[in-house]
Amino acid sequence: MSELIQHLLNGVALGAVYALIALGYTMVFGVLKLINFAHGDVFMVGAYFGYYMGNALGLNEHPSVGGAVLTTTVAMLGAAALGTTIERLAYRPLRKAPRINALITAIGVSMLLQYTGQIVFGADPKFYPQMLPSVDIALPLELVLSSVQLIVLVAAVALMVGLDFMVRRTKYGLALRALSQDFEAAALMGIPVNRTIAITFAVSAALAAAAGVLVGVSYPKIDPLMGNLNGMKAFVAAVLGGIGHIRGAAIGGLFLGLCEEMMTGYGSSTYRDAIAFVVLIIVLLVRPAGLFGKYEVEKV
Amino acid sequence: MSPVVKRYGALVLGGLLLYGFAELLPNVLGPYPLRVFINMCIAATLALSLNLVLGHTGQFSLGHAGFMAIGAYVSAFITVSFPTWTSAVVINEAFTDTFVFALATFAGALTAALGGLIVGMPTLRLRGDYLAIATLGFGEIVRVVLLNINAVGGARGYAGIPHRADVFWVLAALALCAWVIQALMDSAHGRAFLAVREDEVAASAVGIDVTKYKVRAFVLSSFFAGVAGAMFAHHETYLNPASFQFQKSIEIVVMVVVGGLGNSFGVFVSALLLAYLPEKLRDLQEITGIDLRMVIYSLLLVVMMLVKPQGLFAKWRVPLWKYRP
Repeated sequence: MSELIQHLLNGVALGAVYALIALGYTMVFGVLKLINFAHGDVFMVGAYFGYYMGNALGLNEHPSVGGAVLTTTVAMLGAAALGTTIERLAYRPLRKAPRINALITAIGVSMLLQYTGQIVFGADPKFYPQMLPSVDIALPLELVLSSVQLIVLVAAVALMVGLDFMVRRTKYGLALRALSQDFEAAALMGIPVNRTIAITFAVSAALAAAAGVLVGVSYPKIDPLMGNLNGMKAFVAAVLGGIGHIRGAAIGGLFLGLCEEMMTGYGSSTYRDAIAFVVLIIVLLVRPAGLFGKYEVEKV
Repeated sequence: MSPVVKRYGALVLGGLLLYGFAELLPNVLGPYPLRVFINMCIAATLALSLNLVLGHTGQFSLGHAGFMAIGAYVSAFITVSFPTWTSAVVINEAFTDTFVFALATFAGALTAALGGLIVGMPTLRLRGDYLAIATLGFGEIVRVVLLNINAVGGARGYAGIPHRADVFWVLAALALCAWVIQALMDSAHGRAFLAVREDEVAASAVGIDVTKYKVRAFVLSSFFAGVAGAMFAHHETYLNPASFQFQKSIEIVVMVVVGGLGNSFGVFVSALLLAYLPEKLRDLQEITGIDLRMVIYSLLLVVMMLVKPQGLFAKWRVPLWKYRP
């Protein structure tokens, strides 16, 4: 019993990270109807920003929560700048082009980040600075929650709640929701399309960077190709929740994290990475719109 | 002459020419240029087959290397283990070898097509974006599964494959692929593919079963990827799952994009060029010390889409094959 709860805890901590990345996919898709393949690699670059910042602050020797917050903020800002740059240079000129062109560009940007990353950051995995004080917190029922896990969980949930507030309660959120409902009508109503899309990319990139730092802290190695698999899994989480549906992405991420943890705990850990694809195929077969999405037939 | 005589006459003549060319070429080129030539032909087969899905039908597949891997491994497994299956005395060894190779290629291609069917059925019902993700995942799964099958060497690689794919076979595979696709595109099926690419809603409004045509294009494309894989296996005589990574799929996508989506001739030329380019880039790589190829490829993808989405050879839009029914 306590083993099961332990796995659940681990699964939620993992899932929270997937959820953070999935939010970026779902927000961009909601507005542009584009799978931003480069999102997983923005997550990777964000993790590296955190790596360099954390090392510059010497957090590996003197872990502190304040330093970690500063590092994460810097990583988020850096990634936000990267995200908007990508949008401005690569996606905006193609907004009117056939969809497959934008998709090919997205793949191109993703690979460009990966391989430039290999040259700039070095291809070998790097140990992440342990910027958080690590203490095991004993819970009842012989459960153990590490302080790192706890902080990761709290940070992820806080970011998600913040995003939810932003989307539902602010003017930007209103513009975002209007754009995802009807792009052209929203533009005609005077919503600043370019600015809203730029902010969307900035916010999604910032969330991905936060996830990158959290992943770095909890699985202490990062490498330039880490965005590949994590990005794909987060995308599956977004599809599972109903792509374009923000709360759905969060739930999809948690679900996927739990699935993986259960597979590691009770199945075979070699097939851990395959779970995401199995989930994807089942969703596509059974409910292509995802758990919370509505399937809309495209009209002329 | 009657049309039948004309058509089959042309086929026989073409075959003889091909045979003569294939016999002559190794004498003209040295062994190394010959290898490069064969690699270029295999690349062209792959690019033309991907063009059917990506260019003509407008569906984004990222797992072409996976289908190629299936064709390569299945065909290699058959040619390698054939001698252990039969105890009968082989009367004409050369003939049996050729026959088994042809059969193995076909079997490998069919298996690849089956894989295409399995991946395509659920995902092609939806918008093309899902196909990209599903094929990406599929390519990785194929590679991981191959790594874990001991009968074909696993991570050590599959060695000892007989060398069967000489210039004749590789050229024949390329010609077959080009001819089938061109003939198809000149038929009603081909028009349906184009209609699906241009506008799915309008296509289904005029009675085209969009999903069915997408699946057909995808399965046929996988089939030829399997053929190319079989050629690759019996040319290299050694297979390793690492040769079929995601990068390989991207390489093929770049060939199609540079040649121009749906422009068979452009794709053919760009595949030949891009397969030849690494030979020239090798010197550059020795100077810089890093593999810039993938950086260049990814930049090419982005820049092409931004600047010349119709490809480099848009002006030379000529059919590879004039098909007269």
